[in-house]
Amino acid sequence: MSTPHSSSTSSAPHRASPPQIPESLTLAATASSGSPSSSSASGMRDAAEDDSDSPPSQMSEDDPGGGGGGGGGGDRWEPDLRGGNGGTGRWAPPDQVLENVLESVLEFLTAARDRNAASLVCRSWYRAEAQTRRELFIGNCYAVSPRRAVERFGGLRSVVLKGKPRFADFSLVPYGWGAYVSPWVAALGPAYPRLERICLKRMTVSDDDLDLVAKSFPLFRELSLVCCDGFSTAGLATIAGRCRHLCVLDLIEDYVEDEEDELVDWISRFPESNTSLESLVFDCVSVPFNFEALEALVARSPALRRLRVNHHVSVEQLRRLMARAPQLTHFGTGAFRSEAAPGGGLSVTELATSFAASRSLICLSGFRDVNPEYLPAIYPVCAKLTSLNFSFASLTAEELKPVIRNCINLRTFWVLDTVGDEGLRAVADTCSDLRELRVFPLDASEDSEGSVSDVGLQAISEGCPKLESILYFCQRMTNAAVIAMSKNCPDLVVFRLCIMGRHRPDRITGEPMDDGFGAIVMNCKKLTRLSVSGLLTDKAFAYIGKYGKLIKTLSVAFAGNSDMSLQYIFEGCTKLQKLEVRDSPFSDKGLLSGMNYFYNMRFLWMNSCRLTTRGCKDVAQQMQNLVVEVIKDHSDDEGEAEIVDKLYLYRSLAGPRNDAPPFVTLL
Amino acid sequence: MEIDADNLSATELRLGLPGTSSSSDGVTRKPSPSVGAKRALDDTRSETSGTSPAAGADDDHDAAAAPATKAQVVGWPPVRAYRKNTFQAAAAAAKRKAEQQGGLYVKVSMDGAPYLRKVDLRMYKGYRELREALDALFTNSVSAAAAAEGGGDHQHALAYEDKDGDLMLVGDVPWDMFISSCKKLRIMKGSEAR
Repeated sequence: MSTPHSSSTSSAPHRASPPQIPESLTLAATASSGSPSSSSASGMRDAAEDDSDSPPSQMSEDDPGGGGGGGGGGDRWEPDLRGGNGGTGRWAPPDQVLENVLESVLEFLTAARDRNAASLVCRSWYRAEAQTRRELFIGNCYAVSPRRAVERFGGLRSVVLKGKPRFADFSLVPYGWGAYVSPWVAALGPAYPRLERICLKRMTVSDDDLDLVAKSFPLFRELSLVCCDGFSTAGLATIAGRCRHLCVLDLIEDYVEDEEDELVDWISRFPESNTSLESLVFDCVSVPFNFEALEALVARSPALRRLRVNHHVSVEQLRRLMARAPQLTHFGTGAFRSEAAPGGGLSVTELATSFAASRSLICLSGFRDVNPEYLPAIYPVCAKLTSLNFSFASLTAEELKPVIRNCINLRTFWVLDTVGDEGLRAVADTCSDLRELRVFPLDASEDSEGSVSDVGLQAISEGCPKLESILYFCQRMTNAAVIAMSKNCPDLVVFRLCIMGRHRPDRITGEPMDDGFGAIVMNCKKLTRLSVSGLLTDKAFAYIGKYGKLIKTLSVAFAGNSDMSLQYIFEGCTKLQKLEVRDSPFSDKGLLSGMNYFYNMRFLWMNSCRLTTRGCKDVAQQMQNLVVEVIKDHSDDEGEAEIVDKLYLYRSLAGPRNDAPPFVTLL
Repeated sequence: MEIDADNLSATELRLGLPGTSSSSDGVTRKPSPSVGAKRALDDTRSETSGTSPAAGADDDHDAAAAPATKAQVVGWPPVRAYRKNTFQAAAAAAKRKAEQQGGLYVKVSMDGAPYLRKVDLRMYKGYRELREALDALFTNSVSAAAAAEGGGDHQHALAYEDKDGDLMLVGDVPWDMFISSCKKLRIMKGSEAR
């Protein structure tokens, strides 16, 4: 599935086991080398990035050049190791033995937030941390230069990079904007020959880049590309052929460029001996592939647990794959239809036998062109399923009900709105343990009929009290249903409601949707991600600012009356990191109200609002460590337009980038 | 402060008659862009790719394109291009396949013709094919009429009777919607149609 879990793989970290701490050495010992000097704080605060899409690691963005010199004041973190020396304010040269000890200890720190804190203690700790950090997470590839990252960290094994802003998924970022991985691969190659893992999201990756990855890292194990573009089956062939230790090849919602006549049989390029493959996800590679080669590959990959094939796989072929890999835990089922003429082909019973033999299956997806007659074949595994993705299967409520009735342990469910409110009620009746629900629209247009509504939402809220994450597309909604969900599902962390018709009010009362979203921020105390829609006034944002203290990601579209909305957000949402706004009546005044907060955020995106070049320039001039990009719709030379169509601003240590295309102006 | 929607809706192309607004929209000053018209997945939509101004050169990426009948906003609703693309193609094809299994025969009457015909609406992909097929079927009656005609359509109007029994002009609504609501076809003489 386009991963209900994080975009990075959930496989165990591949690092050498940390060295054992000798018995005699305890943390409370006299591990003091004089007082730590404080590294100067830059204007930017660390931002913890518990992005639900990525592992909880981050890159500390404080300025490493700031020497502490004198002054023990300003210590931000009091380490327990100091052994009572107290901050006397004297800078002492680092103790080499201590550094080795420190490195051994810091090996145990995995969470980036902890690492960032540790790195701020003093230079010694900074260095030790930099040498022992194994995974680097960079939420915005333009926030720091590759050279700088490479200079700081000595022993990276894993790199996670994110590129384009999320609205690029909706065609709002013109083609050729940037986020090329090439400079990163070029820098990482020589610096980290032991690199094992690369995860990229929304970046442009060429076949040459993949080639360089394959050549640069002989121990390479994991490649995960999410929403990327720029590569083809030729690049995949290189990875398959050269990375002999490959464990994970996850291609999720990428745009793989292939001409039908230039296809490369990349599946055949995997090593001919037993492979180390644990996860092979390629449902987004939409071109046909060599099935026999896949079957053989699966047969010689004893560690394979996750396999997601594209829609060129029939149920007959599925059966053959399952026979080769009965140990699968995650299975993407392709088309789920027979290639034979109606009447012939595999029987449902035979397919069910195959599923029954796959005792470890906990996650099913695919069903790209599903023939509902085959659905009963999955009944044997339904009770064990924790994750089911029907979001590419156009099923009616009647077709869904017999299946979902068996899925008593389901935690993640993705579905199309074709199942209607009735289908959702069936889900609510059975799946009391549900944590994540996504309801996608079959017909993603503003004036489609829409088959789910407030009724379905209400039902879900009543049946699934443990819900943590919801994405719900609909045409009709009421405040009452949203309020009900806010009360019934207090554990919500992610609430994304998309009422597809713009500016649509409460279907029954005709009121704006302010109260509904207000209740969500008020009652769901753990909320970190919110997407709003429907008719919304400034009042909604007043609520969000007042109660949304943990919100990190906020998406706003066609909402608000005035710049007060932005002000409420900036002043109220103290943990805000990512704000994306479109088509809302916010002007320069609103933008400027965020000035004091931009350094605390990863980025701000605004398109089709009422910003002017002048306002954006004001921001750019006042904030030196901010990159302010104004993006035009067309490349034509209109000179400097007054109204800004798209604004993308982000904090950065790297300064304005040098790979910007002509339609991007860096202020 | 004015909400953008006022300006947007004034310039929008909509399927319904001007001045109509969605009944579900309680706010009268802002007619919703929707008039409740069903947007069926038809072939024309998947063909019109890359017409959106915002996506630049890469047509294949752009799934939020403006369909032939109505100006949609780019990137709204926020559904990833991957999903829109892969799903539209497959679903439209599958729907077509499923629909073709069942026939949808309706009577066709032509004014002045001695007997009626029956056609299977599922055999045709669109209005043009339907008209051509009807021309072929009724060619005798047509040529029996006035000699000077450039094509069957000029002298004759094609109408249908819908679920409610009303006589409607063929061609107003999307093809899929037409199929689901058409009960009878009627080829009317031009003079009557006016």
